[in-house]
Amino acid sequence: MLSADPHPRPPIRVLIAKPGLDGHDRGAKVLVRALRDAGFEVIYTGLFQTPEMIASAAMQEDVQVIGLSILSGAHMSLFPRIMNELRAQGLDGVLVVAGGTIPKSDIPAIKDLGIAEVFGPGAQFSAIIDFIRSHAPAPSPSW
Amino acid sequence: MTAQDILERLRGDRRALPRLATLVENNDLRGLEALDALYGATGQAHVVGITGPPGVGKSSLIASLVERIRASERRVAVLAVDPSSPLTGGAVLGDRIRMMGRHADPDVFVRSMASRGRQGGLAWTTASLVHLLDAAGFPFILVETVGTGQDGTDIASLADTVMVVQAPGLGDGVQAIKAGLLEVGDVVVVNKSDQPGAGDTIRLLRSAFALAHPTTARVVPILATTAVDGAGVAELLAAIDDHAAWLDSEGERTHRREQRARTEVLAGIRAALDAKLQGLPHDSGALRAAVARVVNKEQSPRRAVASILAALEDP
Ligand SMILES: Nc1nc2c(ncn2[C@@H]2O[C@H](COP(=O)(O)OP(=O)(O)OP(=O)(O)O)[C@@H](O)[C@H]2O)c(=O)[nH]1
Ligand SMILES: [Mg+2]
Repeated sequence: MLSADPHPRPPIRVLIAKPGLDGHDRGAKVLVRALRDAGFEVIYTGLFQTPEMIASAAMQEDVQVIGLSILSGAHMSLFPRIMNELRAQGLDGVLVVAGGTIPKSDIPAIKDLGIAEVFGPGAQFSAIIDFIRSHAPAPSPSW
Repeated sequence: MTAQDILERLRGDRRALPRLATLVENNDLRGLEALDALYGATGQAHVVGITGPPGVGKSSLIASLVERIRASERRVAVLAVDPSSPLTGGAVLGDRIRMMGRHADPDVFVRSMASRGRQGGLAWTTASLVHLLDAAGFPFILVETVGTGQDGTDIASLADTVMVVQAPGLGDGVQAIKAGLLEVGDVVVVNKSDQPGAGDTIRLLRSAFALAHPTTARVVPILATTAVDGAGVAELLAAIDDHAAWLDSEGERTHRREQRARTEVLAGIRAALDAKLQGLPHDSGALRAAVARVVNKEQSPRRAVASILAALEDP
């Protein structure tokens, strides 16, 4: 029965990353705790993450979701690089969401990159949590 | 799939190992069967368990050790275990943050794992992931767990070398002695030796060790490190390598692995029984009837348990 009894609905694994050069991660840390309280397993990788760091952490941790938190305003240069790196590593199946100080006018272009949803500064944690719950892919459908 | 097929797949696609790890962690049959096939290829790795109170610098020390291990051109895998919240089942897995330096190195693999309220099952799942990393060809596997007594000593059941980490401050040392952590340590480290009181903590641990191991054949090294600048870490790796050599020369490794296999099989049985019990709803007819018989003095609790167990075996 050890074998035939998979963990009933394993927690969703989420990577929260702070790409770029802004040195503030208070917001990201509060989000990390909110996601934990929602029952997710949250891997936090800290400040100043390059696209390569984010992709390699997402791959090794086999997360279903990546949350990008950005306050520097550099999202339009960083997000395409991150999405390219994820595709290059074959991580197209991972759900990517973004949050932070992102002007509404940038959102269509960001979604065109393959980022599923963008949460502005006023977003409720509950909206982020609900979105992840309903859109996260199944864990490791194949290997 | 044969072990050969699986190993080829692991070599050919960097996503394969992490995905297989997820399947094993989730008790998914595809992962478990792959692990069965791979088991014959395990036993090559030296497994180091790293335990100690929260915040003493275990992850930072691992990051520093990884640098040293890579300098000696060995591949290394890290498995970092953090507790899940018993209330929500969620977890913050924050060890990786200290280990981002080697992200571009394909010979370093870091994986975070939540305890998921597995209790006895934690040792089982951790051991399974260690087997996977071992079969995947990592000669060095570092396993981080928070050690606060019972759980921390679990690491001894799956490691070849147990490294107990402390930090300066009398409280920590005394805590470690009380928790019985020192008894399982093969190497003891006082990290944050750049902070005041490190010398005192080392002296305290040395004297405690003399008491804890009055007849031990091997002197347990007590080392000072500063993980953030790497001081003492070369000596620490040397002490781990010494312990590995000692295990081989004394035939102790075989003995430990026998004990480890026994502990693992028992942990597996326990996890399986737990899973069965969870399948027994608290309001199930059988359980309610048994409780009623106990309440009405028709059956002793011991006999009621026996009848439930028999029903679980043979529903
Ligand atoms: N001064 C000093 N600080 C250190 C040293 N090693 C680690 N730290 C700091 O101690 C804090 C905790 O370090 P971690 O490596 O996360 O400790 P840990 O034992 O893995 O913590 P948990 O996994 O949460 O139990 C961090 O802020 C580190 O920068 C050291 O040798 N000296
Ligand atoms: Mg840690």
